[in-house]
Amino acid sequence: MREIITNKGSCDCGVSGMAGLPPLPMFQPEPDDAPCCGAPPGPPASEDERPGYQLCPFVERFVETPIGQTPQVASALGVVDHFGSLKARLGINRDQYRIAPGLYSVGVAGSGSPVLVTANYKLTFDALRRELAGVDAWILVLDTRGVNVWCAAGKKTFSTEEVVRQVQRARLEEIVCHRQLILPQLAAPGVAAHRVRKACGFTVVWGPIRAADLRAFLSSDQQVEEGMRQLTFTMAERAVLIPVEISLIMKPALWILPALFVLAAVSPQVSPGLVWRRGLDLALAFGGGVFSGAVLMPLLLPWLPWRSFYLKGLLTGLLGGLAVVVGRGGMGWDAVSMVLLCMAVSSYAAMNFTGATPYASPSGVEKEMRRGIPIQIAALLATVALWVGGQFWL
Amino acid sequence: MKDYRYLPGVSTLVLHVDSCVGCGSCALVCPHQVFALRDKKAAIIDLDGCMECGACALNCPVSAISVTPGVGCASYIIQTWIKGKDAVIECC
Ligand code: SF4
Ligand code: SF4
Repeated sequence: MREIITNKGSCDCGVSGMAGLPPLPMFQPEPDDAPCCGAPPGPPASEDERPGYQLCPFVERFVETPIGQTPQVASALGVVDHFGSLKARLGINRDQYRIAPGLYSVGVAGSGSPVLVTANYKLTFDALRRELAGVDAWILVLDTRGVNVWCAAGKKTFSTEEVVRQVQRARLEEIVCHRQLILPQLAAPGVAAHRVRKACGFTVVWGPIRAADLRAFLSSDQQVEEGMRQLTFTMAERAVLIPVEISLIMKPALWILPALFVLAAVSPQVSPGLVWRRGLDLALAFGGGVFSGAVLMPLLLPWLPWRSFYLKGLLTGLLGGLAVVVGRGGMGWDAVSMVLLCMAVSSYAAMNFTGATPYASPSGVEKEMRRGIPIQIAALLATVALWVGGQFWL
Repeated sequence: MKDYRYLPGVSTLVLHVDSCVGCGSCALVCPHQVFALRDKKAAIIDLDGCMECGACALNCPVSAISVTPGVGCASYIIQTWIKGKDAVIECC
């Protein structure tokens, strides 16, 4: 039975009949139920797939709108989203973690539904849709080059022009009957509300700072309570910034660490074991500085004395440096220079954290840098002087 | 945010009360509650809370506010010291 079907199949394809040749065995089509290697095939391509595009896992379906099909996204985050968030938080491919700008919807959005404007950093987009369970709304995603709202507004990619451009690109006036855009308040450094209205006729309503307050905002007739306009900088908000701070230090560390081992080799008696031990001393003091300035300082921020970050960093660096010295059993001038190195690195790393805080003014940062950097350089020079000098002369 | 205060007396924020039309935009967009409306005019009530983000100046319809907005990031500022204010700068 099987034979016959196979032969018939080969006849159908028109190969064997052509010149009266026997069909080549390798061209014989397999019967449908023939055993094949590997796992059974996956599901067929979805109706929504298009050549050259990739379906995003967070899109539930595409809905017909006056401007064509627009994606409707899930408000719940899936495993892929959480995994992507984790990677982005750890700084892996963070610059590439973006979604396509344009119009999306959540729930059953209609012509009367509100329009929420946001950035195309995937973490920002996820934070927004996660808060929109049970809400019917449009989400207009701007091309902020994959940068979050606050930083994009500062860099002027979340700008008046970009809002107007995307409103027109999405032909928003055909989608909704009202003329209102809800923007996160933190976009205000980049967007002039009155100019948006002049350019495209849509009025900007400043929404709450945090996406978590959006639902209350929408259900209370867009009333913003006092707390929704105020920034916070909680322990959790500070902690998520730490991996990024550390990844910024990793690049210079690639040449600093070898340099420290070279410094460790400057000594009257050189042996591989000694260089390794002394190099490790310095490397750990450096690592302790990174930890004190980029981890301890942000976590302890509200409880550390003084307002200048370089001073806070000197303090945590002192603690970190002492811990490293005790752990390594360091003594004499070596110990002093290890603590100094730790303090200098910590102070610099702490000073760099200003840019990640939501309250340090550039004028203030510049002022503290004029004081902090000379101190950090002096500490570094003293580190080298004591470290080398201790070997030769002291 | 009241637990966090940065260096006092450094903000470049200036309000020209004469041209203010009292629309309230500045008070609305400021994330640090630097402004309040008093007698239908804006007033600076917390100058040292200002982080120079520039939101108020950009959203004032009559340009009654000036502030030098910038990036409060140390490596950015170092690069402006080295390359000059107008250079193209890679930032965090
Ligand atoms: S620059 Fe920013 S922080 Fe300062 S007053 Fe204006 S809106 Fe507020
Ligand atoms: S935004 Fe300008 S015009 Fe409006 S209240 Fe503030 S200063 Fe006055």
